[in-house]
Amino acid sequence: MSKDIRIKKGLDIKLIGDAAQTTTELLVSGIYVIKPDNFHGIIPKIVAKVGAEVKAGDTLFYDKSDSRILFASPVSGKIEEIVRGERRKVLAIKILADSKQEHINFGTQKASEMSSEEVKAKLLSSGCWPFVKQRPYDVVANPNQAPKAIFISGYDSAPLAADCDYVLNGKEDLLQEALTALAKLTKGKVHVSISESSKKSPFTNLKDVEIHKLFGPHPIGNVSTQIGQIDPINKGEVVWVVNPQDLLVIGELFLSGKFNIKRTIALAGSQFAKPSYVTVYPGMTIKNIISDNLNNDDTRIISGNVLSGTQVSLEGNLGYYDNQITAIPEGNDYELFGWTKPVFNKISPTRSLTFSWLNKKKKYDLNTNTNGEHRAFVVTGFYEKVFPLDIYPMQLLKSCMYQDLDEMEALGMYEVAPEDFALTEFVCISKQPHQEIIRKGLDLMLKEIG
Amino acid sequence: MGLKEKLHNFKEENKDKKWLPVFSAFHTFLYMPNDTTHRGTHIKAADDLKRTMNMVVLALIPALIFGMFNTGFQHYKAIGEAVDFLSWDSLSIGLIQVLPLVIVSYVVGLGVEFIFAIIKGHEVEEGYLVTGMLVPLIVPVDIPLWMLTVAVIFGVVIGKEVFGGTGMNILNPALTIRAFLFFSYPTWMSGDKVWVHGAVDRANEIIEGSNLDAISGETILGGLAQGNPVSHSISDMFFGFIPGSVGETSTFLILLAAIFLIYTKIGSWRIMVSAVLGALVMGLIFNGVIEAGILTEGSKFYALMSTEYWHHLLIGGLAFGIVFMATDPVTASQTNKGKWIYGFLIGFISIMIRVFNPAYPEGVMLAILLMNVFAPTIDHYVVQGNIKRRLKRNKVKKV
Repeated sequence: MSKDIRIKKGLDIKLIGDAAQTTTELLVSGIYVIKPDNFHGIIPKIVAKVGAEVKAGDTLFYDKSDSRILFASPVSGKIEEIVRGERRKVLAIKILADSKQEHINFGTQKASEMSSEEVKAKLLSSGCWPFVKQRPYDVVANPNQAPKAIFISGYDSAPLAADCDYVLNGKEDLLQEALTALAKLTKGKVHVSISESSKKSPFTNLKDVEIHKLFGPHPIGNVSTQIGQIDPINKGEVVWVVNPQDLLVIGELFLSGKFNIKRTIALAGSQFAKPSYVTVYPGMTIKNIISDNLNNDDTRIISGNVLSGTQVSLEGNLGYYDNQITAIPEGNDYELFGWTKPVFNKISPTRSLTFSWLNKKKKYDLNTNTNGEHRAFVVTGFYEKVFPLDIYPMQLLKSCMYQDLDEMEALGMYEVAPEDFALTEFVCISKQPHQEIIRKGLDLMLKEIG
Repeated sequence: MGLKEKLHNFKEENKDKKWLPVFSAFHTFLYMPNDTTHRGTHIKAADDLKRTMNMVVLALIPALIFGMFNTGFQHYKAIGEAVDFLSWDSLSIGLIQVLPLVIVSYVVGLGVEFIFAIIKGHEVEEGYLVTGMLVPLIVPVDIPLWMLTVAVIFGVVIGKEVFGGTGMNILNPALTIRAFLFFSYPTWMSGDKVWVHGAVDRANEIIEGSNLDAISGETILGGLAQGNPVSHSISDMFFGFIPGSVGETSTFLILLAAIFLIYTKIGSWRIMVSAVLGALVMGLIFNGVIEAGILTEGSKFYALMSTEYWHHLLIGGLAFGIVFMATDPVTASQTNKGKWIYGFLIGFISIMIRVFNPAYPEGVMLAILLMNVFAPTIDHYVVQGNIKRRLKRNKVKKV
């Protein structure tokens, strides 16, 4: 039975530079970089050797704690370099892509004809497993655990996010195959959520899933918000989460046997001359993706969205899970009496000579200035207004800061991911790094409790 | 090279100096810093702590200016000379008496903050901007400046810095300062002399043998506690033409400030509304006791107990305390449910202390300090509710 998910608490941050719905296909070229740090909590054991030729789908490294979890090369080419940092930690694996792409064939077999174990084995051996992430802890799923349900959010409510309906348009067969495969992995249900405003969601008519409609502001598209309303995570339970764009990879694996992680990503933000969509392989160098599309140099380029993405340079690369690149102005300038003068061009949770409450539909060109200095927690009551989970956000953050595991558990740590604290971090008057605090708290729990 | 670049270069050159926080404190007042985000959200909302604190200071300014006029007005009224409220005569007395309080409060308090910032190597925090403005508004106008200095040092060091600075303190610093004054120098903080400028001096002159009339420096509450009838009209009490601490007298201006703080979303309306409710309920209970005839006119509590319940909101420091002190986010309850309980008890206990403690008929200071101490306990039980719900959800599933 499908259930509507409605929230009132939250905040839609409207920014200038929505991606226009046209897609440019980019040729495979240059260096592709895979960073083990993109897969949080994984300790890589490197298989790849410098100078070796690899095909798309060849294993580059595996997880030390579970050697079945393989991480595959996104493209075919030659391994240029393995970059190591302190204590020989692997920072990046660089692959020079061939002009002609070759994919490893993992064999075609319909997911509907396979057993649960066979599906799991195929995902693991093909390097598709890292697309399955788990809650609690927001890390790559542990294949030994049985999830009580699998969640897919078919709507990204973050600022300037890629439009799932557009990106997945016409790929229903791949989605269906992937969902059929995933349904084999859980005794529970596969939940897919779509926006209430979606006219042509590709998920609407798919089988083996339960469709939910989403009503409300961001973070309605965050999986945690949906899990919290449909089937909250209790102690000892695990749910798995897959990004909609990664369903295409899984679908293609079962239908054609290929490991093909080509995806359509949004280029969005006020600093793009032409915000639009491009198709790329993850790991591609940013410079090659956005080439001459930028308005000026004083730009923050983000792999991901403005709330939870990673800062990258032109020489950097598209993150493994990211489906958008955002470019906004840097804010590295002083502002005369900026702390007291009336503010019209920024978003504010208050009305303290700030006027974003006047026009809720206005789009802003926000920059990266912190708008003030870091302080201890002082004011209260603002986080709760943008935080729809049945959790006390400040109390949970504080319990993470003083590392009280019992309290973290009692206050609902199993139900959150760092991205859920992006809005509280955005409105935080004390400019505290909420997502980092939560990430460290989750890591501590994973280490101590497991 | 403009001022902006010069200051920036100066900051960069002196990055490792211990005194840099002092420079930064002034620098950041002139220019909002050029800090950018690195991890986490790449964009941030417009508000910071300076802006937030500034809103509270703005809300206090009308009460400060009114307090200056009222200081002079009450002084002339007490010595029997008629001057207009809005006159230079009134204001000049106010300026001479009140400005030094403001200056001492800020200079001493910020001085202590600077020293701690340098010792501990952190930025100067904004909490004292509000405290420094509150302090002159909640003391008797004739308080000797050295007393204020001692109290401010005590309040900032013991009330705040030993806990770790702004955001970490348990008690409201401004009230800690006032409580220190009250218990250390009670003759300057209560009684029938201190609340009007000149009354103490006149009393001393009379003791020394001069042949002058004494000036009454009594508040309405003080009078009621002595069993004297109220000699001021309701409108005087509401608009604030009565003796009292510098900023507490005008309920009207405090009400406007409350509306401003609620509208800007800086002050907690939950605390304000529930505290008013608490005060009204306690007032009604006392009125009921009188109506039931349990206490008669002979009782020393009669005058205050029989004061009509809603008059309590107009006299004394209750309104000021509720709007500006009880809502201090650091020392108040932090959960929304907790704020209701916390506020209600502040109003309730304020009136109770007011009636039962005739020696010091002002309960709001002690009520807020008491509830400051209990705020974490209130929050604890509110949060326990959430925790229990989570545990129950798990049990229901398992069965």
